[in-house]
Amino acid sequence: MMHLDQYIMAIDKAAEAFPGVERLDARAVNRKSDRALYAGREKIYPKLAHGRFRTLKWLVMAVTLAIYYALPWLRWQRGPDLPDQAVLLDMAHNRFFFFFLEIWPQEFYFVTGLLVLAALALFLVTSAAGRVWCGYTCPQTVWTDLMILVERFWQGDRNARIRLDKERWGPVKLLKKGMTHVSWLAIALMTGGAFVFYFRDAPTLADELVAGTAPVIAYLFLGIFMLTTYVLGGIAREQLCIYMCPWPRIQGAMVDHETLLVSYKAYRGEPRGPHKKGQSWEGRGDCVDCKACVAVCPTGIDIRDGSQLECIQCALCIDACNDIMAKVGRPRGLIGYATIAKQEAAAGGKRLPLRLVRARTLLYAGLICAVCAIMLAALANRSTLEINVLHDRNPAYVLLSDGSIRNGYTVKILNKRHEPREFELEVAGLAGAQLAILGMEPHARIRVATDDLRELRVFVTLPRAELARLTQSVTPFALMVRDVEAGPGTLRATRFQKAPTEPGRIP
Amino acid sequence: MTVQKHDVDAVTGTETTGHEWDGVKELNKPLPRWWLLTFYATIIWAIGYWLVYPAFPTLAGHTQGILGYSQRASVANELKAVRTAQGGLRELLAARSLDQIKREPDLLRFAMAGGAAAFQTNCAPCHGRGAQGFVGYPNLNDDDWLWGGTIEDIHKTINNGVRSDHKDTRATQMPRYGLDKLLEDRQITDAAEYVLSLSGKSADAASASRGQSVFADQCASCHGFDGKGNQDQGAPNLTDDIWLYGGSKQAIVESIRTGRGGMMPAWVGRLDPVTIKSLAVYVHSLGGGK
Repeated sequence: MMHLDQYIMAIDKAAEAFPGVERLDARAVNRKSDRALYAGREKIYPKLAHGRFRTLKWLVMAVTLAIYYALPWLRWQRGPDLPDQAVLLDMAHNRFFFFFLEIWPQEFYFVTGLLVLAALALFLVTSAAGRVWCGYTCPQTVWTDLMILVERFWQGDRNARIRLDKERWGPVKLLKKGMTHVSWLAIALMTGGAFVFYFRDAPTLADELVAGTAPVIAYLFLGIFMLTTYVLGGIAREQLCIYMCPWPRIQGAMVDHETLLVSYKAYRGEPRGPHKKGQSWEGRGDCVDCKACVAVCPTGIDIRDGSQLECIQCALCIDACNDIMAKVGRPRGLIGYATIAKQEAAAGGKRLPLRLVRARTLLYAGLICAVCAIMLAALANRSTLEINVLHDRNPAYVLLSDGSIRNGYTVKILNKRHEPREFELEVAGLAGAQLAILGMEPHARIRVATDDLRELRVFVTLPRAELARLTQSVTPFALMVRDVEAGPGTLRATRFQKAPTEPGRIP
Repeated sequence: MTVQKHDVDAVTGTETTGHEWDGVKELNKPLPRWWLLTFYATIIWAIGYWLVYPAFPTLAGHTQGILGYSQRASVANELKAVRTAQGGLRELLAARSLDQIKREPDLLRFAMAGGAAAFQTNCAPCHGRGAQGFVGYPNLNDDDWLWGGTIEDIHKTINNGVRSDHKDTRATQMPRYGLDKLLEDRQITDAAEYVLSLSGKSADAASASRGQSVFADQCASCHGFDGKGNQDQGAPNLTDDIWLYGGSKQAIVESIRTGRGGMMPAWVGRLDPVTIKSLAVYVHSLGGGK
């Protein structure tokens, strides 16, 4: 709060615009320069970089795209009656096939485990070397890179593209722009096409898609993925990273002073400025302010402003700057992977070793090992035979005419082996019980088809004489399913009820 | 009157919105234009719903929309699609005999599923959701049947009803021995003691032996001399453990006095033949089917 006299003085000072003309205390709240409710997008023209990291990124792009497009075509023999596609999310039969692995819907925790692993790996890599995922392997980065490659093929590099955009529309411009979009759409079509192959036998679906007989849902998802690839990879590009993606906001919590980040080493570069031939390098920085790092940047930032949300750390500015440093005859690495701690030390003339092993990375690595161990143990103990038993609740028990009591069960036998099997069902731990399966002869073998589930209605009856031996109204016992050919059975605990569990009105 | 001051973030040089959370201030950054356009696009998209679907009330009803969509028609279409998806199983069920249905697994499964659903709608109010029955309403899970437990018997019972208005209904009536003064109270008690002794329950020996002659005169014609009942007459077996109206002496006396005899409507005409067949298959599968 200002004192009143100060306040009056402040007004007095500005009170007169001209002798006799009062200066009013009014502010144009809707002044044009304050009206920036939204901002148009400034187009970015990334220049092609050359160097170690650009080569590495081409390589990563080739490998990841090859995996994505080729994986559905890889075959994996599982025997007759089963799909031979190596990676298949079989929606029609509720199975997930992954090479030697086969996952039933109730075993989806394996997929959850994989996702947890992927997340932890992301945390580990980010805490060690920053946004490696964003810069090299994120589909948005890979496809955007591919789309820019195509754009460069038709329209030329940065300067040519800027010129082309300024030109008036004519046949040449139309052709160049048109072919760019046609190519993008072709890539998008292939991307959407490859996606649906993961959900249905790829060769069959390919024929169906061409013949127009594929399921509507396949065309729908193909269309959705085609559209998103075209819009996000071709057009939206850095807008997705800057405005839509949550990861840039989260990753700030993963990095610290010991994390390797793509950094401009200000202690070396500043003060920056143009450098004339023959001029001394004394008293100035190595940065000649050529803006090569800005020209190659796919998100349109200046790395010399420091680490920022928009930077996906693709390392292309490292390549661009190293080129320039070689030309001006200064050491490489003015922009490079460096930790904040190392830079601070270097600014003081000291060298610090890289500390990759620290509490944070150890924690993530440890968690990864733990999850891996749990998943491997679960996988090793995965049974190829399961039995689920559901005791009837209504009625919980049935009195028969001879005074015996019958309980009903819904039993499901799961044969996860890749061959049909025959089973026997037995009662374990309930003396004198008689077992009957609806629609089957006594002691008949239960055939369960390859990789299938069979549901049975099972009745367990205890004669009057045996009932007297049960001391409680509810007696636990087990149903056991045993492979006719091989060894030990699989048990499932359930209960036999002979009387109401609470006093009731049943006579 | 205050002096307006813009709060500018020192690091970025950007004005803040003035909002502050735990010391963190929000920068006043403009929205990307495409984001704003997307917002407008969604508004235009929403207008599309008004045109395409029924939307506004009019004096005589409501606007129909270009698609002419209605939820009633949608449900009708879904039902039609379900009928198509059943792939002729309904027709097959109508054509096949009950004996044939039992031997065709696909048909049997379809009939059981349909029967289970129809049972919950039509039969559960009296017989219970688990078909466990109540006093006076038979338990359909057990192995004791008033009118026979084969699938054909069950089908006939459901179809024609019990003491219903159908011309071929299952119909017999036990006399109201007490209410109509056909027997004296003492005779009724004696007969009840005898019935108790038939199923091995403790009974007054003297009274039971007197009741035996009453039983032979009055009851044996339907229930049999051995008391094992007669399913052609709907006469229950009196020697087993299942008692529709209770097996205590008091309940038996009451049964003899009032004659009992529940009724079930004939379902032919109420349900279509396929549903009745499905119900017979389902009830037969509950565990007591012969």
